[in-house]
Amino acid sequence: MIQPVYHTPEAHADTSFPDTHQDTFSKTVLGFWMYLMTDCILFAALFATYAVLHNSTFGGATSQELFSLPLAFTETMILLCSTVTCGFAMLASLKNRTTHIIGWLAVTFLLGATFITLELHEFKHLVYEGNSWRESAFLSSFFTLVGTHGLHVSVGLLWMSVVIGQLLYWGLTVHTFRRLVVFSMFWHFLDLVWIFIFTFVYLMGVI
Amino acid sequence: MSEELSLNEIKKEWHGTLKAYVIGFLASLILTAISFSIVITKQLSGTALVFTIVGLALIQAIFQLLFFLHVGQEAKPRWETVVFFFMVLVLFIVALGSLWIMSDLNDRVMTNMATAKE
Repeated sequence: MIQPVYHTPEAHADTSFPDTHQDTFSKTVLGFWMYLMTDCILFAALFATYAVLHNSTFGGATSQELFSLPLAFTETMILLCSTVTCGFAMLASLKNRTTHIIGWLAVTFLLGATFITLELHEFKHLVYEGNSWRESAFLSSFFTLVGTHGLHVSVGLLWMSVVIGQLLYWGLTVHTFRRLVVFSMFWHFLDLVWIFIFTFVYLMGVI
Repeated sequence: MSEELSLNEIKKEWHGTLKAYVIGFLASLILTAISFSIVITKQLSGTALVFTIVGLALIQAIFQLLFFLHVGQEAKPRWETVVFFFMVLVLFIVALGSLWIMSDLNDRVMTNMATAKE
């Protein structure tokens, strides 16, 4: 006697809780995490390029002459604070406080914008002093590495303003919460990359 | 089959807490301040200094991965953690491999130039 097989949800052993690995939220988070990991490889390649080329100054200015450690330290602190305020926005979202989320995101945005302003100021200063990316392999790799990180932060600022707009329009829903989570991962990742820029480029640059 | 979850259900899949953020923030603050002050006050020099600040950066990265990015805190099967460790492997191959090859080539070229001058 062959028992018929029922392909219905009831045939499974336990359906009392949803499978957390097949819902849209988990799939989005995993997919975005994979993107972040490939982005890590991109930065690894840029770090390796910088490490290889940082002594190739072509008779021009060296990293010891160019870098300002207090400025880099200030940038580090600003980015660190912004990553924590982004985390506070996430914590506010757990309590359904939409105005708090938007408030913390606005603080994060201001800190991120300050960071980018300081970085652009530094770049402008370097270029005006005659140390643009065209002068040496060292400066090319420096501008590429730090500029790529800055570009990520700028995209993050644009993204953050879109998320704030969506929160204002729809409030906190399944979809806006998911976007908020993915954005916070991106923002934390940028702070993680910056630790290594601060250490390998700025701290080791002035030694 | 895809199952859609409610807002309260997906909130449980996000692992951040106030405690984790405070620990991560304080650790990052202290570690950054230590490496900055070591370099500014010139406490160490040469290889010892390089290893110290790289070590401090790695410790800070681990703190941020655990407390901000919640690595290894998802439900099983931990695909995010698997992808992360694979990325670390590729990262080491790309970064250390490039440095090894380029320094080796550099040494050879420089030796040839030095002998050519003599």
